[in-house]
Amino acid sequence: MHEMAITMSMLDLILAEAAKAGAGKVVAVKVVVGEISGVVDRCIQTNFDLMSRGTLAEGAALSFQNVPKQARCRKCAHVFHPANICWACPECQSVEFEIIAGNELYIESIEVE
Amino acid sequence: MEIKVLKDILSANNRIAEQNRQLLTSKHIIAVNLMSSPGAGKTTLILRVVQTFKDKVRVGVIEGDVSSSIDTKKLSEVGISAIQINTGGDCHLDASMVNSALANLPLNDIDILFIENVGNLICPGGFDLGEHLKVIILSTPEGDDKPYKYPLLFTIADALVVNKIDLLPYVNFDMDSFYHTVKGMNQKAALFAVSGITGEGIEDWGSWIIENLGKVRSVKSEPTKRAEAS
Repeated sequence: MHEMAITMSMLDLILAEAAKAGAGKVVAVKVVVGEISGVVDRCIQTNFDLMSRGTLAEGAALSFQNVPKQARCRKCAHVFHPANICWACPECQSVEFEIIAGNELYIESIEVE
Repeated sequence: MEIKVLKDILSANNRIAEQNRQLLTSKHIIAVNLMSSPGAGKTTLILRVVQTFKDKVRVGVIEGDVSSSIDTKKLSEVGISAIQINTGGDCHLDASMVNSALANLPLNDIDILFIENVGNLICPGGFDLGEHLKVIILSTPEGDDKPYKYPLLFTIADALVVNKIDLLPYVNFDMDSFYHTVKGMNQKAALFAVSGITGEGIEDWGSWIIENLGKVRSVKSEPTKRAEAS
């Protein structure tokens, strides 16, 4: 549901960047979405198709780069993907770690004409 | 032509949040963003803190709900300055909603501002409101497995408050396992076990907020820092 607000912000950002570049049309957008950001690609896509109508970004192809969540063990520094209900380091079994990736939500680039 | 953007999608929200934070800090107010599932006890715990610390601190509340002013009514009845935001369907508060609410609160008469987010363990996580502290409330009937199911909020929280501990004998909630899990994924989070019904633990949690209020007030008034460039 919050994808509506996120798509709106995204569209504002895209249109501002396109205007800055003096572009006539936005043809593609690369979006980076982390696994624990809580954002669902297909919701963004649906919202974007509706919200971009009549703007320079209408019809732009969205592509999503999904970043898996990653944790770094605080005991042995091993980097791993915590999954399911076992968020423990597979090397030393410690459950103390820092989340180092998976929270991303940004626009990588846009392709304009 | 490809244009590198590399900008946070929520950068517009984050800029307003930073303005909110600067305003609140300049008014010597600590803002606490309370996030939980619906029914975890956010309003009850606010009322408890007010009751426990009524001679020490003045509390204001921004209430976020999809609809109704039930909670604002409860708070106003005991003399708390409360502003209701009805999101009309939106599942979270954002910084501009809070910005509008701040204009209608008596900021000179508030020490602790609770921002009661819309009950939801997912959506509020991405939206900075300009708070100083993010506090997650989880009630024991919800189960101790929630950090695995909704990791974002639990990894960004400054404090986790387990409410309804008076129900522990009747529900399946392993406190040790919960603490172990959240301490693993979030080392900085302070942990509190409370009951909105009996008042147990409220003193500890409230004291922690007051301690942090002291930190906010000790921030020297620096020349206004510009929010990160768009």
